[in-house]
Amino acid sequence: MATEEHSEGLAFHPMDQFIVKPLFGGEHVGVLTVTNVTLWMAIAVLCVIALFVLGTRGRAVVPNRTQSVAELAYGFVHKMVEDVAGHDAVKFFPYVFTLFIFIVFSNFLGLLPKAFTPTSHIAVTAFLAVAVFLTVTIVGFVKHGVHFLGLFWVSSAPLPLRPVLALIEVISYFVRPVSHSIRLAGNMMAGHAVIKVFAAFAPLILISGVGIAVTPLSILAITAIYGLEILVAFIQAYVFTILTCVYLRDALHPAH
Amino acid sequence: MANTTHTAADTATEAAGHAAEAAGHAAQSAGMPQLDTSTFANQIFWLVVALIVIYFVLSRIALPRIGAVLADRQRTITSDIAAAEELKAKAVEAEKAYNQAIADARSEAAKIVAEARAEIQKDLDVATAKADAEIAAKTAESAARIEEIRAGALESVKDVANETAAALVSALGGSADDKSVASAVSDRMKG
Repeated sequence: MATEEHSEGLAFHPMDQFIVKPLFGGEHVGVLTVTNVTLWMAIAVLCVIALFVLGTRGRAVVPNRTQSVAELAYGFVHKMVEDVAGHDAVKFFPYVFTLFIFIVFSNFLGLLPKAFTPTSHIAVTAFLAVAVFLTVTIVGFVKHGVHFLGLFWVSSAPLPLRPVLALIEVISYFVRPVSHSIRLAGNMMAGHAVIKVFAAFAPLILISGVGIAVTPLSILAITAIYGLEILVAFIQAYVFTILTCVYLRDALHPAH
Repeated sequence: MANTTHTAADTATEAAGHAAEAAGHAAQSAGMPQLDTSTFANQIFWLVVALIVIYFVLSRIALPRIGAVLADRQRTITSDIAAAEELKAKAVEAEKAYNQAIADARSEAAKIVAEARAEIQKDLDVATAKADAEIAAKTAESAARIEEIRAGALESVKDVANETAAALVSALGGSADDKSVASAVSDRMKG
């Protein structure tokens, strides 16, 4: 297959970067197999420790750069939780912060060349989204009992409309984890795949004359999309987190 | 390598293969690895491990520490502002005291100057009066002396006239006693 492709000139493997493969040889991916997923999640964890534990080691009143970044992230998410989910949601702050930091680091580390992006996998994002969904639902029922169902009963609407609205609300409630997870994985996957497609066009100059125009264009496009991806990497982490906060608010204050 | 992945996710490969053909190349693609369910358990296992590690590192170490640092900073800033406020009040007070002191010193100085001036004036008045009195005395004395000298001068004129008259009479060959000369001279001088 490889020779076939070389004879054609260009190698398009935009999805190969997403393949989960064992790090230490073999083909079988078992539950405990150390894979590139393990590697890049471990790197993310190490980065988190470096930034938030080693970076804040000084506990300085006047912070150095690393501590400033850690404090910035803390303040950013803390404010988000407080503003969006309400003051009583602050006890969920470590949980929300964990999600945000994991996604941010996965997204940004995935932008390194040759990197693997865990958040481009629907299995990962679906797990995160379902975890949020379950947490929120359980918190809602524990805090409010049956009254939590009032979330679906739009009491400000005219009475005949309420059952219809309730049906819609229930459906939208259960669609939440789906959109929540696919939004993140889709964004990450699409950006990376597009970069790879453009990257495959880049060596065209070595093969044919058209490359004189195509190669600079594709390099330009890679640069532009890379910039966009940096933006997306942050925005998607932000969106995932703020939606988590919104769902938390619904659970803590279900009244419409 | 691609072959094994191919068998693992057949349908996905088909779809991606179509996409690849549409993109203009006939090569087989690996499909969407995201839909390869055989790796899900592995990914979720490592995800859970990573999340647990991150959660514990953050909630046990990092977040309390950062929270404490932020609270500490807030406290420091608040107390610094309070201290600055206090120092400012103190400075205002000190300025007031300083101004008061300057005003006091100024009025004291003015008082001293006035006193000194009054004293000098008094001394001056006394000295002037004394000088005036001395001058008056000296003037009176001088006037008496002048009066005396004038009287002396009249007396001398009569003597000189007598002598001159007697000399004239004897020079003209006459002889006259002093008494008649003197009465003649005094008669003429009266005239």
